Amino acid sequence: MKIMTKLNQEILQKFPIFDAWNPTEPTMFQVMDHNGEIVNSEYANTITDQEAVAVYEWMLKIRIADEKCVNMQRQGRMGTYPSVLGQEACQIGAVYNQQKSDWLVPTFRESGMIWYKGIPLEKVMLYWIGNEKGSEYAEDINVLPVAITVGGHLPHATGIGWAERLKNGNNITVCSFSDGATSEGDFHSALNFAAVFNAKTVFFCQNNHYAISTHRDMQTKSKTIAEKAFAYGMPGVQVDGNDIFALIAVMKEANQLARDHNIPTLVEAVTYRIGDHTTSDNSKLYREDGEVEDWKPKDPLIRLRAYLFKKGLITDTQEQEMKDKAKEYVEATVKTALETKDPNIDDMFKYLLSESYPALEEQRLQLIEEFTNNQ
Amino acid sequence: MRELKIVDALNEALHQGMEQNDKIIVLGEDVGKEGGVFRVTTGLQKKFGVERSVDTPLSEGGIIGSAIGLSINGFFPVCEIQFDGFIWPGFDHIINHVCRFRTRTRGRLTTPMVIRVPFGGGIHALEHHSESMEAVFSHIPGINVVIPSDPFSAKGLLLGALESKDPTIFLEPKKIYRAIKQEVPEEYYTIPLNKARIEREGSQVTIISYGAMLRETKKALAEFIKTNPIDFELIDLVSLSPIDYDTVIASAKKTGRILIVNEEPRTAGLAAEIAAVIQEKCLFDLQAPVIRVTGFDTIMPLLKNEDYYIPGIKRITKGLNQVLA
Repeated sequence: MKIMTKLNQEILQKFPIFDAWNPTEPTMFQVMDHNGEIVNSEYANTITDQEAVAVYEWMLKIRIADEKCVNMQRQGRMGTYPSVLGQEACQIGAVYNQQKSDWLVPTFRESGMIWYKGIPLEKVMLYWIGNEKGSEYAEDINVLPVAITVGGHLPHATGIGWAERLKNGNNITVCSFSDGATSEGDFHSALNFAAVFNAKTVFFCQNNHYAISTHRDMQTKSKTIAEKAFAYGMPGVQVDGNDIFALIAVMKEANQLARDHNIPTLVEAVTYRIGDHTTSDNSKLYREDGEVEDWKPKDPLIRLRAYLFKKGLITDTQEQEMKDKAKEYVEATVKTALETKDPNIDDMFKYLLSESYPALEEQRLQLIEEFTNNQ
Repeated sequence: MRELKIVDALNEALHQGMEQNDKIIVLGEDVGKEGGVFRVTTGLQKKFGVERSVDTPLSEGGIIGSAIGLSINGFFPVCEIQFDGFIWPGFDHIINHVCRFRTRTRGRLTTPMVIRVPFGGGIHALEHHSESMEAVFSHIPGINVVIPSDPFSAKGLLLGALESKDPTIFLEPKKIYRAIKQEVPEEYYTIPLNKARIEREGSQVTIISYGAMLRETKKALAEFIKTNPIDFELIDLVSLSPIDYDTVIASAKKTGRILIVNEEPRTAGLAAEIAAVIQEKCLFDLQAPVIRVTGFDTIMPLLKNEDYYIPGIKRITKGLNQVLA
């Protein structure tokens, strides 16, 4: 793109998807259409057939676990839960190419993404159950806790990617968020700082069309979210967020731009939030059933399934086995999560600062006494 | 020993801190080439380069927000906020993130950093340059708040904050940046972040103050004792979160009379909090109500009327008379 600096232009030539994307005539990058037909044969083999089957199995797992979480909330066994229904391709695509030590700075609607990245499902469930042990991740996994404030985590991802460049490190940072977050001032400061300081950060926006009830068209007058990148002197691409092959191809380029060239990018993955905002929401109040029905055939699982069946890579029996296995695993995980003891009542004091101080210790003892006497 | 002003003491602390720890990065608006609008960061960029003394785009949210990421990924950021009134676009990151990461990750990811803020009134600057919102910061769990009152404490406290494993809001009393010269050791030294300092021991009345108001209080006391020779105890609070109640309560029990002097709006302020704790801990040792001398619950006026807002010798003297009555 002519908008980019000369240096970026030369580098970008090696990244054809980003290089070709034109913010003045934006098109959505796609490899596989919603019938599972390959429409961009150049990228048909971005992953192997075997890998495609494995990805499909993961999508099934995420969908089954997600459904379970919604049900658990309905049964009063989990707190408010944000479903990822319909966004399973993004959940995997955002981190598919990541190396283990790469960073993920996720928003809250990412149960599948953080699970796929390596946080045990049990932890994910514990967090939404309200047990803080769910926030206890292993030391060697660079995943931040999910961000409940919308957009606030974007500058953190900038800082991590900036630090990595200063360290001459090799890790990249993927920051995930949704269309609503792009209206926050933090979106601006994060992308602006990332570009100015050459942060090794990829901003991955899942345009799922809704911030609770507010449609994407009310968030911005811009034709695409991806084109906002160019205002920051940063490459951007709009990609079909329900097309796992396209997502993986785009993120491969984005990651390499960050890792090898310290060039941050903005990826807009166009998807759709089939479920309610959270279990506390009722989306029938603000959107037509017809709209949801229009999106259902574009489901990321339907199209990958169609592709796999057409190519004879999977049979009904195998698919059923995958589902059964996933259900079994999810049920076992639920059991473990529910049986996990609550954190100690004074844990809220334990992790506040590196060391306590007398007035705080007095409050802690007050709490202990209050609940010891009641027993 | 050579004498330094507060700005020079802070500058020396940054130089020595950055020499000692190559993970320290100073970032903020105009901190690099210019050395900051108050010149606290003078010379850092020349010595440590553009990657460690960083002129950032103009965004407090960007400065504090990205400092969180820098800190999580191994660096020790020192954010400079140009003036106290400009901190609020970055406040979301302080109250929602800086103070919470340790808790939210059960100790795995922490965000040690220093957020330096020129603080308080008295330099006849523009709007939004002179507020005293320390209580807002002290109200936040999970972050330390300190304020020096002279060059010696400025250097030692800042070096202490640079060694802390926790985030620190470091308030700099801008009125006295250049007002006081004091002997400051050339060598590296730290002052604990959570301890008050007894500036003068006494038995009849305790006066608690901090920052630039400590100097006003001392001026008022110097006049006052000419006609009322009292044996006063003067405490420099230093740490505004956590408050060193061991020192405060011991003094309150000893003298039974407490005067608190600061320049914050009075309602729901730090002085109110200290008064509440004193009456909880030692009501029956008190011989007079705890008296607060503060600013008013108003917007800080423009410079022509600024001195009517900030407590001066008159208001402090009235407070002394009240607490001794």
